[in-house]
Amino acid sequence: MRALRRAGGELTALVVATAVFLVPFSFMLLTAVKDESQAQDLDFAWPTSWPIVENFTAVIQARDYVLLRAYVNSTILTVGSVALIVVFGAMAAFVLQRRAGRVGTLANFLVLSGLIIPPAIVPTIWLLQALGLFKTMPGLILVEVAFNLSYAVLLFRAFIAAIPRELDEAAMIDGCGGLRLFFRVIFPLLRPVTVTVILTSSVTVFNDFVNPLYFLPGDDNATVQVTLYNFQSQYSTQWNLLFMDIVLITIPPLLLFVFFNRKIVAGMTAGAIKG
Amino acid sequence: MTRQDAGPRTGPGRAPERRRDRTARGRQRSAYPYALYLPAAVVYVVIFGVPTVMAFYFALTRWTLFDSEFVGLQNFRDFFAEQNLRIGFTNTLVYAVVTSGLKVVLGLLLGVLLTSRLRLRGFLRSVVFFPVLVSTVAVGFTFTALLRPDTGLVNRALALVGVDGPDWLGDATTALLSVAIVDVWKGVGIATVIYIAGILSIPQEYYQAVAVDGGGAWHRFRHVTMPLSWPATYSVIILSFIGGLRSFDLIWTMTRGGPGFTSDTIASIIYKQYQAGFFGLSTAGNVILFVVVTAIVVPLNWFLGRRQATP
Repeated sequence: MRALRRAGGELTALVVATAVFLVPFSFMLLTAVKDESQAQDLDFAWPTSWPIVENFTAVIQARDYVLLRAYVNSTILTVGSVALIVVFGAMAAFVLQRRAGRVGTLANFLVLSGLIIPPAIVPTIWLLQALGLFKTMPGLILVEVAFNLSYAVLLFRAFIAAIPRELDEAAMIDGCGGLRLFFRVIFPLLRPVTVTVILTSSVTVFNDFVNPLYFLPGDDNATVQVTLYNFQSQYSTQWNLLFMDIVLITIPPLLLFVFFNRKIVAGMTAGAIKG
Repeated sequence: MTRQDAGPRTGPGRAPERRRDRTARGRQRSAYPYALYLPAAVVYVVIFGVPTVMAFYFALTRWTLFDSEFVGLQNFRDFFAEQNLRIGFTNTLVYAVVTSGLKVVLGLLLGVLLTSRLRLRGFLRSVVFFPVLVSTVAVGFTFTALLRPDTGLVNRALALVGVDGPDWLGDATTALLSVAIVDVWKGVGIATVIYIAGILSIPQEYYQAVAVDGGGAWHRFRHVTMPLSWPATYSVIILSFIGGLRSFDLIWTMTRGGPGFTSDTIASIIYKQYQAGFFGLSTAGNVILFVVVTAIVVPLNWFLGRRQATP
């Protein structure tokens, strides 16, 4: 009797969770493969025909291959900012963890501020314009680095805390100090947490919509999220193409999740709890 | 700290730091040069710090990016005088409270469920967490379709049980809350994994003690899981408050602050005023957001942190 109730409870939980969390995703997929007239209903129905390839090519070719260009832009943005976040974040976290003092206290305060304070939008635009970086990819990369550094520093700092100081001392005795100590000895040891930082910040930067919207407007260098947003007005009648676009944009995070599920979850939890 | 001599010294620990400072001050200094801070500090201070500070000045001006005219507190007066702008203030608070409240409750329940001996536990954890990684724009468009009044799945499902669902996003009374619930759908995965980590760190002895006393499942939940997962609750509340107060992209993709201005938040007003060319007013919105976030999160952090120290 108890086993039966258990199985019943399990089944209910499963059904509810599936309905709530998987139905929206199946809706995306189903709408993406419908033909234009059926997709217009925007209802949850089985497709009557399956123009998968046609929809796919239509989305890719739309507006002179804007989606492909957007993918290139998003890749440059993600790779560029994540590389800088990792290197700058690890360097800062190392000193921050190892060296207490007034500077350390200030740095700690800045890291926490970075997590809490919402960025001031128009003043940032004003500053980027003064530097000649507004509406440029390097400008947006620097913005992403500045806004996402704090989180990376937290993750790195927690990991560095577990690296024994004896190691630093041994390296110093061998005449390896300062920058060389960090890049030759410490940084290679950070690989596990580096992977975590790369994963979490890639997802954040790739999915970012607000910062590209503000700091890199214009169709030429739109990222995938902004393209998707622009598609909405353009495809108000072609919902199948809009959802095909959504599916294509969801694939990169899905792949990361399939391969690095544990790392991503661990990274996001660790940062949250330390924060 | 007592184990320090037995094992390698780790952690920022002030005590060993000071001791070594006395013996090898010079070498200590060269080992961890402040130069390592430099690249991060430059990018952070220039791109994030300077605009944050300058915002306090530009918020007091009428501003075209190229020149600014000092107008005192006029922008703030406008912000609170106009109904359309003031509503964003209330909405932001409502949105943050609703989303973090629901994330705490649902995250805790899902956390308990997903740490129980469920056969499909791994699968369910993935399913609950995945929306966190999906782009907000994609989630916004998908739910806009699902919440459509006539053909949307939500109202179709409600019709099956005889309920006539409203126009969720088109009705001023439900728009903001609908977006908040979608926000919870997307973000509850983080809360859940935080709770899972918290629940798994509760020593089994407590549960055994309840079993010895003859307590049931409710007793276990009420007197062990709930109080002892307090650190997780603390993280979830702080995180979702910070996220909820700033939220812009989901609201923007689902309602654009509409119908009218009824679902505007401070962040969406900042964007609207920026688009309209009222840069000073937009920046005043930023300053208000800054004040709201700091005024809520810092005391909350202090208050919750104190409770954490003395459970």
